[in-house]
Amino acid sequence: MALLEIGNVTRRFGDFTAVDDVSISIEAGEFFTLLGPSGCGKTTLLRMIAGFDAPDAGKIVVDGQDMTGIPPEARNIHTVFQSYALFPHMNVEDNIAFPLRMAKADQAQISRRVEEALEDVRLTGMNKRYPNELSGGQKQRVAVARALINRPKLLLLDEPLAALDAKLKESVQLELIDLQKEIGVTFVYVTHDQGEALALSHRIAVMNHGRVEQIDEPSKIYGFPKNRFVADFIGQCNLLEGKIKACQGERMTVHLDGIGEVSALNVESDQPGLQGVLALRPEKVAIGRDLPVGPDLNRFAGRVYDFLYLGDVTVYIVELAGGKRVEALLPNSAAGRTKFFEAGDEVQVGWRFDAGHFLND
Amino acid sequence: MTSGVKQNRLHKWLISGPPLTYLLVFFAIPVLIMVAASFRHPGDFGGLAPLLYSDEAGAHLGLTAESYGRFFSDFLYTQLFIKSFAYAAVTTLVCLVIAYPLSMLIARSAKKHRDLLVLLVILPFWSNFLIRVYAWMIILGPQSVFVRTLNAFAGFFGFEPVSLLFTPFAVIVGLVYVHLPFMVLPLYANLEKHDPALLDAAQDLGANAWERFWRVTFPLSLPGVYAGAALVFIPALGIFAIPDLLGGTEGIMIGNVIKQQFLDTRDWPFGSVLSMVLTVMAVVLAALAAWVATRSRV
Repeated sequence: MALLEIGNVTRRFGDFTAVDDVSISIEAGEFFTLLGPSGCGKTTLLRMIAGFDAPDAGKIVVDGQDMTGIPPEARNIHTVFQSYALFPHMNVEDNIAFPLRMAKADQAQISRRVEEALEDVRLTGMNKRYPNELSGGQKQRVAVARALINRPKLLLLDEPLAALDAKLKESVQLELIDLQKEIGVTFVYVTHDQGEALALSHRIAVMNHGRVEQIDEPSKIYGFPKNRFVADFIGQCNLLEGKIKACQGERMTVHLDGIGEVSALNVESDQPGLQGVLALRPEKVAIGRDLPVGPDLNRFAGRVYDFLYLGDVTVYIVELAGGKRVEALLPNSAAGRTKFFEAGDEVQVGWRFDAGHFLND
Repeated sequence: MTSGVKQNRLHKWLISGPPLTYLLVFFAIPVLIMVAASFRHPGDFGGLAPLLYSDEAGAHLGLTAESYGRFFSDFLYTQLFIKSFAYAAVTTLVCLVIAYPLSMLIARSAKKHRDLLVLLVILPFWSNFLIRVYAWMIILGPQSVFVRTLNAFAGFFGFEPVSLLFTPFAVIVGLVYVHLPFMVLPLYANLEKHDPALLDAAQDLGANAWERFWRVTFPLSLPGVYAGAALVFIPALGIFAIPDLLGGTEGIMIGNVIKQQFLDTRDWPFGSVLSMVLTVMAVVLAALAAWVATRSRV
């Protein structure tokens, strides 16, 4: 039995359906992420799990108990809010002790647990600081410590890293992973940042327009997106429109609009005549002046239209003969200054037949 | 020093000059005149006796602490201060109890309604203060529908009819009525700024409605409470119009006695002494309120 069972949950605001028939089951100890663009319903879903909102249809079951009608204060579920919502009139210690005080724990136990919690989030000695004396990262750690102090069954995190700068984000991500592993509480994490979702989660539910598009582990979400939305939303992706011409064994021939015929991996659902897109990650597209020829490789000539130098990698945007553009990614791994091509250079791009996925509409 | 800094200073003086002049002319100098007046002799026909006078023994400077002696030797006046203090304190408390839920209601209503509701709170200011107090004389008077209905009920249950006008009760009603907006406005200004996420967080972490109020909303609203309390308490302490009109002989406050000293008894030095004591009390209380407010961290 899953710890959290979201069964056919729907929530409407007037004409707008924020959450549309969503079913997810989350296991105990899992780090689960709801990922999607703003307005996709992930925060509404989180608020319903916390109890601040109620589904119009469907139900939420936690540890076998139907949560319908149970107010947030009576649920053994805590939230780390996006703004952290630390109480500004209480010091770190009193903030962290708040849930224990509400649960009427005795003072000796409160002191001991607060010390442990401060140690867990590496804030020992900060007991008497007030929230306005803390940095963004420290506030975030206090918010996490406060939400975890009386060991909830479920910890909900609503974009907890959104307010942190990029460098800090990375170290906080590692801390969160360690903390979750150490205490074993189930995390349900909401974010619109796909990088965060991929780095942190055991499993991800990609949401769009109130619906779940795909639930999978990060490498599957990235490597095997189920549809055009997931492929486009997660990471960079070339989406090349086309139509299946023929299937033979493990391969099929796809006619890509404005590019020509390519060979691609054939999966069961594919049939000749289907319209769709070939989703191709830029890092799987090779770029070179003279690429080898072979039955496994699709190869096209083009010209470098522009490039984005990102430090560790460079993304080249190559315009093919038919006018279509394909992005190819090249790591800048060679020693010294590395720059392979300039805008306007004549190049070839190529990819293996099994590098992309055909996603029918 | 560069000319830029000099010019900056000039700007500062230009901006702060007019209000400073105003305070000097209409506040500091009158207070100093009052201090001086409190040490002088009353004139034979009211007002102040001449500062320099001569008799058989020669010329004298007419300064004395006699009026202060009178104040400290007659317990009647201290009693009046204590009574005024009590009236002002009760007024502040009643205002707080009424204004808190009202301010919370306004602060939590939809944004588009808030301005209208605040306008309704300050609407009474649009009519004359005395007229509003006269209205209360009619409402609390023996012939009003309110009092007659009340007494009909009292008679039915075998109680003596009560009269409300010219009682301490009437004074408190008047004081609360007049000062209520001064409590509502700072409280509303404070409550309106509260981050609703804090209440969500408190609820999420296990606090019920009662605990959310006492552990989050109320402590965060304390600066507003202090500001409102100071704005109500200090004017209520020195007011004379309301006890004059609604209080009768029983409901007299220190403000009435000060007014009497200046206008009826025409003993200006003693009136000045009473004013001095009142001013010092008010300043001490205002300083106390400011100190408490800065100490609370919000």
